[in-house]
Parts: sequence; C-alpha cells; structure tokens
Amino acid sequence: MPRAVDRDEQVFLTLDGNEAAARIAHRVSEVIAIYPITPASPMGELADAWSQSGQANLWGSVPEVIEMQSEGGAAGAVHGALQAGALTTTFTASQGLLLMIPNLYKIAGELLPAVIHVAARSIATHALSIFGDHGDVMAARQTGMALLASGSVQEAHDLALVAHAATLRARVPFLHFFDGFRTSHEVAKIAALDDHTIRNMIDDDLIAQHRLRALDPDSPVIRGTAQNPDVFFQATEAANRFHDAVPTIVQEEMDRLAEHSGRRYKIFDYHGHPEADRAIVIMGSGAGTVAEAVDAMIQNGERVGVLTVHLYRPFDAVAFVNALPRTVQHLAVLDRTKEHGSVGEPLYLDTVAALAQMWPDVALPVVSRARYGLSSKEFTPAMAMAVFGALRAAGPSGQMTVGITDDVTNLSVAYDPSAWSEPATVRRAVFYGLGSDGTVGANKNTVKIIGDQTPLHAQGYFVYDSKKSGSTTVSHLRFGPDPIRSAYLIQEADFVGIHHFGSLDRQDLLKVAAPGATVLINSPFGSEGTWDNLPAEVQQEIIDKNLEVWILDGGKVARENGLGNRVNTVLQTGFFALSELLPAEQAVTAIKDSITKTYSKRGPLVLQRNYAAVDASIAALARMEIPAEVSSNHARLPAVPTIAPDFVQRVTGQIIAGNGDLLPVSAFPVDGTFPTSTSQWEKRTIATEIPIWDPSICIDCARCALVCPHAAIRIKAVPAAELADAPESFQHKAWKDKSDNTMRGIIQVAPDDCTGCGVCVNVCPATSKEVVKHKSINMEPIADHLSVERVNFDYFLGLPEYDRTKLRLTSVKGSQLAQPLFEFSGACAGCGETPYLKLLTQLMGDRLVVANATGCSSIYGGNLPTTPWTTNADGQGPAWANSLFEDNAEFGLGMRLALDHHLEAARQLVAELAPQLGDLATRILDFDGTDEGAIGEQRGLLAQLRTWLNDHPGPLANRLATLAHHLVPRSVWLVGGDGWAYDIGFGGVDHVLASGRDVNILVLDTEVYSNTGGQTSKATPRAAIAKFSAGGKGTAKKDLGMLAMAHADVYVAHIAFGANMTQTVKAMTEAAAHPGPSLIIAYSPCIAHGIDMTNMVDHQKMAADSGYWPLYRYDPRRESTQDHALHLDSRKPTIAFKDFAMTEGRFSMLERANPSAAAKLLSQAQQDIDDRWHLYEQMVDVERTARYGDLSDEQDEEHHR
Amino acid sequence: MTDLKTQYLGLLLKNPIVASASPLTGTIAGLLSLEEAGAAAVVLPSLFEEQVEHESRTLEEAFGGHHIVGTEMHEGFFPSQAGHISITQDYVDLLATAKRELSIPVFASLNGYSDGGWTHFAELLEDAGADGIELNVYHIAADLDATGLEVEDRYLRLVEQVRKTVAIPLAVKIGPFFSSPGNMARRLIAEGAESLVLFNRFYQPDIDLETLSVVPALELSSPVEMRLVLRWMAILRGRIEADLAATTGVHHAEDVVKLILAGADVVMMTSALLQRGPHHLTTVLEGVHRWFNEREYVSSDQARGSMSQESVPDPAAFERSNYMKTLSALNRQH
Repeated sequence: MPRAVDRDEQVFLTLDGNEAAARIAHRVSEVIAIYPITPASPMGELADAWSQSGQANLWGSVPEVIEMQSEGGAAGAVHGALQAGALTTTFTASQGLLLMIPNLYKIAGELLPAVIHVAARSIATHALSIFGDHGDVMAARQTGMALLASGSVQEAHDLALVAHAATLRARVPFLHFFDGFRTSHEVAKIAALDDHTIRNMIDDDLIAQHRLRALDPDSPVIRGTAQNPDVFFQATEAANRFHDAVPTIVQEEMDRLAEHSGRRYKIFDYHGHPEADRAIVIMGSGAGTVAEAVDAMIQNGERVGVLTVHLYRPFDAVAFVNALPRTVQHLAVLDRTKEHGSVGEPLYLDTVAALAQMWPDVALPVVSRARYGLSSKEFTPAMAMAVFGALRAAGPSGQMTVGITDDVTNLSVAYDPSAWSEPATVRRAVFYGLGSDGTVGANKNTVKIIGDQTPLHAQGYFVYDSKKSGSTTVSHLRFGPDPIRSAYLIQEADFVGIHHFGSLDRQDLLKVAAPGATVLINSPFGSEGTWDNLPAEVQQEIIDKNLEVWILDGGKVARENGLGNRVNTVLQTGFFALSELLPAEQAVTAIKDSITKTYSKRGPLVLQRNYAAVDASIAALARMEIPAEVSSNHARLPAVPTIAPDFVQRVTGQIIAGNGDLLPVSAFPVDGTFPTSTSQWEKRTIATEIPIWDPSICIDCARCALVCPHAAIRIKAVPAAELADAPESFQHKAWKDKSDNTMRGIIQVAPDDCTGCGVCVNVCPATSKEVVKHKSINMEPIADHLSVERVNFDYFLGLPEYDRTKLRLTSVKGSQLAQPLFEFSGACAGCGETPYLKLLTQLMGDRLVVANATGCSSIYGGNLPTTPWTTNADGQGPAWANSLFEDNAEFGLGMRLALDHHLEAARQLVAELAPQLGDLATRILDFDGTDEGAIGEQRGLLAQLRTWLNDHPGPLANRLATLAHHLVPRSVWLVGGDGWAYDIGFGGVDHVLASGRDVNILVLDTEVYSNTGGQTSKATPRAAIAKFSAGGKGTAKKDLGMLAMAHADVYVAHIAFGANMTQTVKAMTEAAAHPGPSLIIAYSPCIAHGIDMTNMVDHQKMAADSGYWPLYRYDPRRESTQDHALHLDSRKPTIAFKDFAMTEGRFSMLERANPSAAAKLLSQAQQDIDDRWHLYEQMVDVERTARYGDLSDEQDEEHHR
Repeated sequence: MTDLKTQYLGLLLKNPIVASASPLTGTIAGLLSLEEAGAAAVVLPSLFEEQVEHESRTLEEAFGGHHIVGTEMHEGFFPSQAGHISITQDYVDLLATAKRELSIPVFASLNGYSDGGWTHFAELLEDAGADGIELNVYHIAADLDATGLEVEDRYLRLVEQVRKTVAIPLAVKIGPFFSSPGNMARRLIAEGAESLVLFNRFYQPDIDLETLSVVPALELSSPVEMRLVLRWMAILRGRIEADLAATTGVHHAEDVVKLILAGADVVMMTSALLQRGPHHLTTVLEGVHRWFNEREYVSSDQARGSMSQESVPDPAAFERSNYMKTLSALNRQH
C-alpha cells in the first residue's frame, strides 16, 4: 500500500545523474552486462563496485556484473540473460548504443522486459564528441524499444524506477535516457526513493511471469525462428497491443510513483499559461531551461508554455494533443539532434504527425523546426525566449537553430543574452582551477555540504578542457531555495574563485563576474602585491565592475600544512568564509566533516593536515585595496602569436582563448578536415621546471630525445658554420659524425611546450664525476630559464635539419636526428604512449598514413583545438584519421587497399607512358626499397616526372598527375590502445592480420582503457586492480602476440622503449619493411598504473627484467635464411614479478586491500610469466615449414632462389 | 630450577626473552610460533611514520581525484578504495588478532620522528589492546643548524606527547649516539618513559658502485654488537628509575646471561631468530636455564645487575680503560 508522503522522513541525497539512475538499476537487477563509454561509464563502474562490495538488490541477491568486449557484446549478453529469465540492465551512450541496435530489435521483438539506461551523447560524424545530445537515442527510436526521457538528476532517479516498473508490466523493453554530462554529470540535491517505494513499484507477480517465459528445458520452447513471406508480417503485427498499452502503463506507473513520492509526472508535461498562444515542445534537460523562460515571460504578460516529452516512444498522439492548450497557434519543436536531408528532426516529425492526426480543430498550429544544444552546446533561457520571439514570424516550414551563429544558411535566430537574468534568490559561484589542484573535488564536497546541511537546493556542474596535462577546470555552483532547473552554465556569478593565478594572463576569467561580485584569487603576491601583477584588462574589469577582491595565498597555506600543491581545501574554506552560506563556525565544522569523509581512508596524517589547512586559511584571507586606476604595464597574452597562419588566427586561436562558442558556422570546414601542425601555436607553459642541458658531459646518446613524450627535447647536428649567428646563450658541442668533423650537436628544450615530467632527466646516463646528481640534463626552475630558452629554441628551429637520406635511422642516435613530426601533444605529462608515435614519425613520418582508433591517442592526437601531427619543411607529414573505436583495423586496411590500387594504377600509367618517358620510366618503375636514400632518389625522379607531365598534357599524363605521388611508398599504420586491439576491435585486427596486406598495427598497450578512466581490458594483467577488477584481475592477460604469430606471415614485435631503445627502433623499421601485416605491441606506462610517470623508463626496465614484458621480434622472413623466426630480445628474467609489481599502485594496492587474494594472484601471475617464458624459449627453436614466401611477390621468389 | 620470571613495564613475564620487532612478529603464524618457542612477550614490527606517510601519498596519487586528465577520466583511475586497508588499519588488526590469539603480552612499536599528529597513532594502538608501546625514535640529525640540545628536546617532546596521550606502559628505544646517553636516559624517564630499550640500529646507506646510487642496507646483527649494549646496561643499572631492555646482538644464551648480569630486565632477540627460526629461542632459553641452574641461582633476579658498574669491583672497566685493555689483549695475541 502506498504511504502518504512524509516530508520529515524524506532522505535527500546529493549525487549526479549517473548515480541517481544506477542506484535504481542496481537495486532491481540480477544481471548487468557493461562496457565503458563516456559519459555512461560511471553507471557501470558504480554497479560493479556495489556488486564487488556485496551490495544486494531488492531481493537480497548480489547482481552479477560482467564487462563485455564491446557494447554489441553487452547487448548480446543482456539478450541472453533476458531469455534466461533474469532482470537485466545495461548502461551506454553514443556509438555504444548504435552497436546495440541489432539486439534492441531482437529484445523488443521478443517482448523481453528490460531497461537500458543511456547518458545520451552525440554520434561521431564529421568529428567525435563525447558531449550530450539526442543523436544516439534518436537512432534507436525505430527499434521497438520504449523511450523514456529524464531532464534532471531527480528525474533520472524517479523515471529510472518508472521504466523498470513499466517494462515488467508492458513487456516492452525500455530505453531510459538523460542528457550526457548536463544531467549524467551534474551533481544535485535530490529526494531519494526508498526501498519501500521501489518494492511497491516492482510487482513480484510480473517477475514470476518473466521467469515463466524463460528458456527452460523442463518446459522447452524455441525463439528466434526464421520466418518466410507468408507469416513474418502478421507475426510483427501480433505484438501491436503490447506497444499500444505502453503509454497508459507508463502514466499509471508515474501516478503510482507520485503516490509514494509526491512528485507527479505526465508522459507529456505541460507547464505555462493555460491559454498559451505559443509553446515549445522539448525533451531532456532543456525543458527546465525553457520553463524558466516561460515563467519569466508569463510574468511579463506573455502567453507561452512548454510541453515536455517524457515518453517519446511509443508516441501517444492523443495524450500529446490533449496536453497542449487549444489556444496554441505557434509551436516550436526543439530537437537536440540533426538529421540531414529530412523534412524535420524526429521530434518535429512526430509532433506534426500527431497534430495532423489528432488536433481537434481545422486550423492546425504552425509548427516550426528548431535545433539546439548539439554536443552540449549551451542552451539558455535567453535562447528559448529568442525562439518564442521568432515563432510569431515563422512560416509553416519555419526552420531555425538557436545558440549558434549560422552565417552560411542563415538559419540561426539571434538572441539577447541580457534578456534573461537568474533570480536573485539563487547564489551562483564559478571557480577556475587546474585539473591537478583538487578544485573540482572540493566543489563537489561544497555542493554536498550545502545540500546536506541546509534546506537549500544545490547544483554543481563541472567543465574540463580536453588536455590531459595542465588541464583547466571550471566549476559552476548554484544554491537556492527551490529545486534548480537551470541546465546551463552560469552566465553571471556573484562569486568567482580563481585558483590558478597564471590563468588570468591567458583567459578572461572575470567576464562571468556580476557587477559587485566577490572574487577570491589564489595569489602568491599577497593582498599588497597582487594588483601590480594583474594584466591591465583584469584591473580594468575589477574597477569597472566594482568587484570585491580577496586574496588567499593557497599555495603557501597548503605547503605549510604539508598538502603540497593541493590548494582545494584552503580555497574551499575561503569560499565558505566569504560567501556566508553557512555560519562561520558551522562551515568550518562542515568542511572538516567532509574532509573526514573524503580522506579518512588515506590515513590520519592527511586528515590532520587538511584540518590544519582549514584553520590556517581563514587567517590568511585578506581583502585587496582596489586603486582607482589601471596601473599594470602588461596585457593579457594573445592566444596564438600573430605569425600563426590565418586559420589558426581566426579559428584555432579563438577556441584556445575560450571563444569557440562565438565562432560562426562559416568559420568551419564543411567535412571535418583540419590542418595539421597546429600544436606549435598553442604555447601553454605548464612546466614549473624544465630540463637544462650541460653539454660538457653529454655523451650524445640521444636517449633524452627518444623518451620525451612531448617532443620538447630536440636534437640537431649542423656544420659549425651554421652557428655563426647563434645567440650567446646557445649551447652546442662537438658531434661525432663520420662524414663531417666540423659538426656541432645541439640538445634543445622547447620551454613553453615541456610539461616538466622529468623523464628525460631520469633516463640521462651521463653524470658528472664531481657531483653524481648533476647530469647532462637537469630539471631547473623555468622562471630562471624561460626567456633565454625561448630565444634558443627559436634559433634552434631555424637551423637546418639533418639530411635524412644520410641518417642511420635504425640506431637510436640516428633516429633522433630525424625531425619528429608529432610534437607538443596534450597527453599526460610523462605519457608512455607518445614516444612511440613520435619515433614512428621520425622513422617514416613524411610518408606515413595513420588510422587511429578512438582512445587516448585519438584525443591527444586529434582533439581540437590543436593537433600534434605536423609537417617537415617540404610540407610532408603524417596524414591522420580517426574513424571509430571498433573498426580501426578495417579502416586502416581500407586505406592500404586504396593506396595499393593507386600505386598499381600509377605504375601502369608510367609503363604505358614509358615510350615517351624513356629512362625516367625505367628508373621510377625499378624503385625498390624502403631506405631513405632510395626514397629520396624516387622523390627526385617524381619531381622530374611531374615536370614532364606538366609539359606533356594528355589523357594518360593527366591521370598520372593525380596518382604520381603514390609512387613514393606509403607506410600505413593502424594505431590504437589495448581496448581496441584486444577487445572491441579484435575481430578486425584478426582479419587484417590474416589479410596478407602490408599494414602495420601499433598497439599502445596501457593494459587498461586509459581514456575512459582505467577500466579492465583483456590486456589487463592478472593481479592488477582496475575498474571492473576491484578485487584484482583473476585471469591472465591475453597473449595477443602469440595469436598473431599463429599466422604464418605476420611480423610481431613485443617492445618497451624504456627497456631496450634499440630493439624498439629496429622493430618499427622491420615492421615497416615487412611486406605483409605487422603487429607491434608496445608497453606503454600510464598514470592508470599508479606510478610516478617520471620513472616510467625504470618501470619498463623492471617489466622486462622480471619477464613480465618479454621483448621479442618474430620475423617470418627469417625462416628463409636458415634462422628461426622468433628472437628473444630480453634476457631470462632476473627479478621476481613481485619485486616489479610492488613498485606499481595497481598491484600493490591489492596487497593492501586483500593480502591473501594478492598473495594468490601474484603467485599465479608469476606462474603465468614462468610459463610464457618457457614457451617462448621453446619457440625460439621451433622450425616452421609453411614458407613465408607463399604469399609474397615475385621479388621475394627471387630472394628465395 | 632457577626462576627466570621478570618484571617488565609493570607486567610479570615468565622469562626475560622477548621477541623483538621483525618480520617474524608481523604475522599471526610467526607470533604463535614465537610464543610456542617460549618467548615471554613479543614486540610487533614498527608502524613507521615514513611508511604511513608514503601510503598517504600513494593513496593521494591513486584516489586524490587530482588526476583530472580530461573530461572522460576525472574520477581517477582506480575503483573506489572501499576495499583498501590502510597500513595503520592493518597494524591495528594485527595487534587485535595477536591480543586475541596469544596469551603472552604484546607490545606495539611506533617509529616516528615528527611532532604533532604522529602521537595520534599511539592512541589507536592503545585502543587496539596493546600491553605497551615501544616508541622507536629514529632520527638522523642531519640538520647542521640543529644543536644537540634541540635534537634531544625533540626526543623529549615526542615522549612527552605520547605519554600524555596514552595510559599504557611506554618504552623508548633509542640509539647510542648521544653526547651523554646516561643523562639523556634520565631526561627521557622524566618525560614518562617507563623503560629504555638499548639500542636501535639504523639502516646504513651503502653505495652501489655499478649504478653510483645510494642504497639502503641493513645487515642482521652480529654478537659483537652486544658489547655496546652491555656497557650501557651496566652503567645505567641501578642509577635510573626505569626498566631496561637489551636489544641488538643477542644470539646465544651466554649473551642473555651477560646482559642480565649487567642489569637488563628483559633481553630482546631479532636477528638470530630470523637466521635460525623461532625454535632457536627455545635453545637459548634452555641455555639460560642451564647456566643459572648449574650455578644454583634461585632466580634470575638474584643475578640481575650483579655485574653492573655499581656492582663490579672495577667500575672503570666499563669506561675508557676498557679500550686500553682490549688493545693490550690484542697486542698479546700477536
């Protein structure tokens, strides 16, 4: 029986949308099949963590959680579990949902009750985007699933339960969705549903019926038959009544929820003037925003309303029409998706059809089609007002976009941001911090504190940039007496926290400050000295807006209290002190309580230091006197230098400056094509220390350059004469070079691009005889060197590159004299992946084609604003594309096929033109080899050919002109992480390895899904803790190399640059030269290993020395030269696995969490290593009779003879 | 049969041999085998301030949430740390289990050097049922600006703070490197130390000539190291108001007997047990019994301090002349 709602009993929780939905899903499920994808991953992670810790569902059993190899796999497992009668759920988004679609049809077709919770996200088209819109769910609307939309964290909680309850009654499976990030990651105070309510909503009889329908040999049936034209149609229509019943069932379940919770929902919820003349139809988080606009407009005497769609499929036309006031004359349907070529986006079409079918009057309202909010584009009440404003003028086929400036097709409606201001009752605070300073964590706690300890409602939303090192964060916090509907960033804040002083020089952080707002600046200059260190623009803004500025030296307080650079607690205390949201004493107690909750597991020392920092913070707070006039002699830095190319100035620079929202449609390429060589313009200067070279003890080993993840240490060797005009500070040394004894060598740091990771210094083997700690490169404070090294680096860039046709690229030193064509990526400081990519570009970057699987490498490689892929002085460089996560092997193979075809066609044309071309044709066609000398020669011949073709136009010549460049061999590399190669893309990898084609697969193996936050993959080793392996992974890592070696003609290498640089260089060169498929599995240390990345080279050494990561090269060509294919390049293990494992958090944490499990798993892991080494040792002597030459060409035949 | 019972930290121990902090006392199995071998009490391995500090840092790294390296990975890289047992918790658990499983007294050992927060751990150990705390002060006075007096004050402050925090017996384990160890002993006792444990051994750095790096090294003790302890047992016996525990270099029954004669209330063993196994304690104990029985001592108390500096006819033998004598003895041999 429903209970009356007792507000006193109501439990309020402060959590995000993902958790709000997952709490319900876990409580009412028995089987949960998952696969990580942003922004839905946290739902799966929470479900896994709850099950791992033994948290039971409503019926006392712990839900079975399994991570699958892809969303397609997860959907298959869900389907199977449903067939076997389990209450089943999964969580996904975007491409993941698309991969589930075939199964969604099946699950719906078989009327299997299930709920899939979706954090709705954009689908990759011209670009990938992880942010929120309805592109994914709209692509699943035709599957037969019911679609239920939530627009807030509270709704994600409530309607999750409605979905689970309704699916059992209706038997139609549900897709419950909410907006990715905006709802999934918004932290808000909600009223929690208790077990009593959940139990009352979930009918045990219906569960019993679900069980009875399950596959059971005691009462066998078959499902999934094949049907012929005679019956398929009728059988499809047989399910009609079930789908027809859904709207009524959902409404009844919503009503039942209302009886328990007091929160009333309608499948179509109308809010606004009862006699509205205009209304907006919308679904998802934008509804609350429109409602704010509607309320304000009604106050101004306008008759407007908003119809929120909750149940989108099945679309109940009658209920829809009944929900709208009859007085409505103009409707705008706002779709958060784009469907090129359609008469309208999906919700628009449904609206038009529903009105046409059911509107009781002859005259239908005029319906306009509007798009908004794609990929989390801001959608504000001012924009909604602009839509209402445009409605009166709209014709019957009115189409518009809002939130952007469309200066190409002119569809956008202009809006006036000042038309809307948030109610004075809502307190708004914006904080600018760094990813590393803990600002976001503290702000989440602040939202919880206010949510838990006051009657106020609280909301937190957090924005991160796409850099993995030196990233910045912006926190948006709202507090108010009523539930907060505002699903948009704060436009005007009455409190602004600036947690990183340097940011003031780069971005306009005070733009968001309301006049008279309080500003808290974390400044090392104190209340007296800060003013003089502010850029003039900031001073002006402070004066103009009459801002109240407070200074807190957070760094000092943190350091003095043993917190290092963690300024979060300090500044959080400052915020509470200034905002007066809580009485001072209560605030301090609350902060300390939240510290206790957050940090208690990290031991008492951390707690006490934080407590002490809180106490010290208030005393350190000081108000800054604001002079009447601007006195600063420095201006804010431009986003990019004025010498940058036009596109970089107009577009890239604006995005860097944080003005991407202001760019009009015309600024953008129409097909997702962007120039490379842009990271060089984004000077971030994030290092606090940079490596400084002491040439006097340098041994020219070039290791520093090879290991540098950011290409911020460069080597050149130039004739002494080139250095005549060198700046005085420019250092160089004698360089051994067999061809020229006047050569001078230079090792130069790129001071603004270095991240200060220190890997180069760690690897430098040259130490001073006098002072052992002094190496040939040493980390020194950037402030002491920045201006000098800027001059030096500029000069360095102007020096000529070494002639690559003369380089011995197979050596470490030779490879490092080649220009890297991958530079200054935004990867994590000390990234273990990027050195491989950089090396690849040094070896063959000028003829490199890269297919890049989605993951870390596609983000640091291709996330706007800039890309690290660059070009040489001739404009040649890697051509790069990302298709998807799952298809990268196939994608790359397709490139190979096209390039091979182009090459063959070009050769054919040259042959046909041979009579005219004479010797030139012979020489071009005779080209053989991949060494730089031969390639250089071929480039020369092609230059002659192009001249000839230009001078001799004709059908053949013209055709050859479009293909001639393919006569320089293209090296095709398929790059991605282990999530791709071992899991989701393995089928494709396997197929490509079996193709016999000349493609090279580079697996950057971090042994977890790094980009989505460290989930287990099949590359995760036994005994390691990772997400989805909270108790330590119980199974061994898949031996991908061994699987590849099963193919007769695949080159396989297992490498770790930190363990053996020469082997790494050799493997890459050999793989490229191997005419068939190659697979390189590259050990890539990652912060997800729980290590200090500065020491990543040591970790690689230990990994090899322990046999954990054996180094080998398997070259099938060797079988034909009296040699064996497999060469082991590392020695028999010399240290125990445990000695290596205990240096990494991922293993050592298990030892702390569960020593007996750790002992067992570590011992098994040692057995894995021993067994594998033993196997490899035997394989070294194995002779294979399947001759590699079987698949090779004539040239190889000749080689065999 | 000679009665070997002895009073230590207010507890009556069945014999004077205590198994000191080592990996052997770090597991319940090890502790049980030591009890079975006849140990009168055990000291758990030290809870190191350094270690706790290191753990805090590691956890901070892993779970601190400051690894915000992009929109997709802002929740850190590891699953919730719900399962994590901190070193401190682990230690407290070991202590509680040891108290449950063993019938002999269990002493906890704390190894720290900094002021303030550190003393909080003493409370945890008391709550977990420790029969006493051995405070192992482990400080290398490498700061050239710190005077000897300041270093000593630091020791005293630490003892004072722990003493204020807990009510259970408190032993202080120190090194021999004070200008005036005897005076320092008195001052420590004045701050509340109820026993002095002489002496702790520092990890000594070594240089790896291959890598030119400094490596920590700790060799197991050798019997000769016992002599330093013997001297100070003898000097302090009867002149301070605290129990005396001897540790370092105790390998054989003879060593135990000598230390008792010099004045030790209890004798602690570590290295020999690690080398030879817990059963060695039984052998040593038998040897001690034999020595006292053969000489018909009623109790070891009778012999305790019978050869302290105060009790020997030639007190100077424990001071500088000892050095002279050694030299002359050596001269005679060659």
